[in-house]
Amino acid sequence: MAHGPTSTFKNPVVNWVDQRLPVFTMIQKEYGTFPTPRNFNYFWNFGAIAMVVLVVMILTGIFLAMHYTAHTSMAFASVERIMRDVNFGWLIRYIHMNGASMFFIAVYIHIFRGLYYGSYKKPRELLWILGVVIFLLMMATAFMGYVLPWGQMSFWGATVITNLFSAIPVVGGDIVTLLWGGFSVDNPTLNRFFALHYLLPFVIFAVVFLHVAALHVTGSNNPLGIEPKGPQDTVPFHPYYTVKDSFGITLFLIFWAAFVFFAPNFLGHPDNYIPANPLVTPAHIVPEWYFLPFYAILRAVTFNIGIPFTDIVLIEAKLGGVLLMFGAIAILFVLPWLDTSPVRSARFRPIYRIWIWVFVAAFAMLMYAGGKPAEQPYIAIGQLGTVLYFAFFLALPFIGWIEKPRPLPASISKPVLGGGPLASGVTAKPMEKA
Amino acid sequence: MRRLRTLFLAGLVALSGAGSALAAGTEVVPPHESWQHGAVNRPFWQTGAAGFFGTFNRAEAQRGFQVYKEVCATCHSLNLVSYRNLEALGFSEAEVKAIAAQYEVTDGPNDEGEMFTRKAIPADRFKAPFPNEKAAAAANGGKAPPDLSLMAKARAHGEDYIFHLLTGYREPPQGFQVPDGTYYNEYFPGHLIAMPSILNDGGVTYADGTNATAVQQARDVSVFLTWAAEPNLEARKRIGVMVLLFLTVLAAVLYAAKRAVWADQH
Repeated sequence: MAHGPTSTFKNPVVNWVDQRLPVFTMIQKEYGTFPTPRNFNYFWNFGAIAMVVLVVMILTGIFLAMHYTAHTSMAFASVERIMRDVNFGWLIRYIHMNGASMFFIAVYIHIFRGLYYGSYKKPRELLWILGVVIFLLMMATAFMGYVLPWGQMSFWGATVITNLFSAIPVVGGDIVTLLWGGFSVDNPTLNRFFALHYLLPFVIFAVVFLHVAALHVTGSNNPLGIEPKGPQDTVPFHPYYTVKDSFGITLFLIFWAAFVFFAPNFLGHPDNYIPANPLVTPAHIVPEWYFLPFYAILRAVTFNIGIPFTDIVLIEAKLGGVLLMFGAIAILFVLPWLDTSPVRSARFRPIYRIWIWVFVAAFAMLMYAGGKPAEQPYIAIGQLGTVLYFAFFLALPFIGWIEKPRPLPASISKPVLGGGPLASGVTAKPMEKA
Repeated sequence: MRRLRTLFLAGLVALSGAGSALAAGTEVVPPHESWQHGAVNRPFWQTGAAGFFGTFNRAEAQRGFQVYKEVCATCHSLNLVSYRNLEALGFSEAEVKAIAAQYEVTDGPNDEGEMFTRKAIPADRFKAPFPNEKAAAAANGGKAPPDLSLMAKARAHGEDYIFHLLTGYREPPQGFQVPDGTYYNEYFPGHLIAMPSILNDGGVTYADGTNATAVQQARDVSVFLTWAAEPNLEARKRIGVMVLLFLTVLAAVLYAAKRAVWADQH
């Protein structure tokens, strides 16, 4: 922190403000001269992209909330009023609707980037954990947002997901009553979901701030996964990455706009244009696409878990599914300690580099199975995907132990192109094989 | 190059999952029809140029309105659409006033506390055939005919589905039991639909002289219902083309700027 009147900005007003509240110094330090590894690839755009999506979601959401009515008898009609009678209401809603999908696309790529290049490793464990917190908050926000139009999928999705908590022993029923604000998904449920859907994005914003603050303590990881050794390895954030992020964001906006204007309902479900009806259950209740992998994990446990050769049931199938589904997120929190390899980037990890595609394949299989009805062969695909998903994480300690990493380059500015001499200190030392 | 490929693959994985989510179900998929407006539930990569530039065929939509008014409206409401909205289909203000004036709506209470009836005005929503859902159900064998305002978006395959459903009445296959009060329809999920085949050749008389075959009526009313479900489709596509053009130019400028800024680093 800068103390005293040390600011030397040309603009006297800026200078005056900065001497009393050094925001301009901070901006200059964190987004101007901030030393950033010079070797980012385009994967490193997705943090900024996710940030832009969050801001757009909050802005469009505020304008939607001005016209939305959180009541079971009026919610659906108020959304249709936005679509038909509010000036550019259709545009704001389609941006918001598709924005949820765009947020998850950006964040899934962002998470994959972190996995592939080992961005979760020391000293960035807390940065990673804050990211997982953001992901969890996003899921809760997106789920509650999907309920608000009060269509058939809104209602039945809310019913299915809130009912999950009833699987918790002893207190499950009370938790569900608390979530519902009554004894079924009804007006109190819609009201509290609206209140929380408005609140949570600001909580996300706060955690994003911490996420970015933590990033600016450790600095960014990079595709080589080695720390910058000096000024020759970094460039100032501005203009190098401001311009590169701007370009990447614009490409992403083109992708987003293509959906908003030319396929606005492709990522949604037609049933959500039918008003909610508690007496008619849709043929297939499916969550939004970005929840499908976790939905598939939830449905993968089709059997009770008990003591073999007895009738004693320890964990019912439903509870088992719920535990696995939450476990699928929870395991991300301990990932920094599951991975025992000292090398970050998959580029220098011959086994991990292949193994990570097991994770991608599992994710794709789960997404596929989650969108299909609960019947064979989709159950089997979902179960195999679930096994692979957890196997990916549980194998990481062993991979770290047996893997012999390729030599790391001496520094970012001297990658191993000509096969120059390697400084011994920076070469990763694989664990001695027993 | 390899980085770009992995990026692209990640996107594909996400998209294929999304597509499969929508493909769930075992209904008979109606064949794609060609619509001047594209297709409301089909993404742009399945509609060609009409997906980007398509507009509603005004003649078809106006005829479709006539089919709705004279046939569908006997049972089906269109609660989200107002008479004034018809101006978007090419009806003049005076014509819309005249159309609205054909209907009597209940208004009130007046200063004496009485409900009264008056002629509908353009600002009124389309008058529903039944006063409430219970009445609609009672008059239709226990189940109210669904509101049609969003039908084109509320069913997979949109207007293709509506068109083929309306023309999809067939003799049931051998051994297929069709209970009383239901009809066999090739495209209805489960095939048993409570709505009888309602469109007949010459069932309406088109003012513009178009031969009113059942197929023509089905097509026209599909266009009308698509407009009713997505009245802003034309504005959406018009603005969308400009937005994409703007963003593409912006991306090109930013790419050039990026190249220039990074020139001293490569």
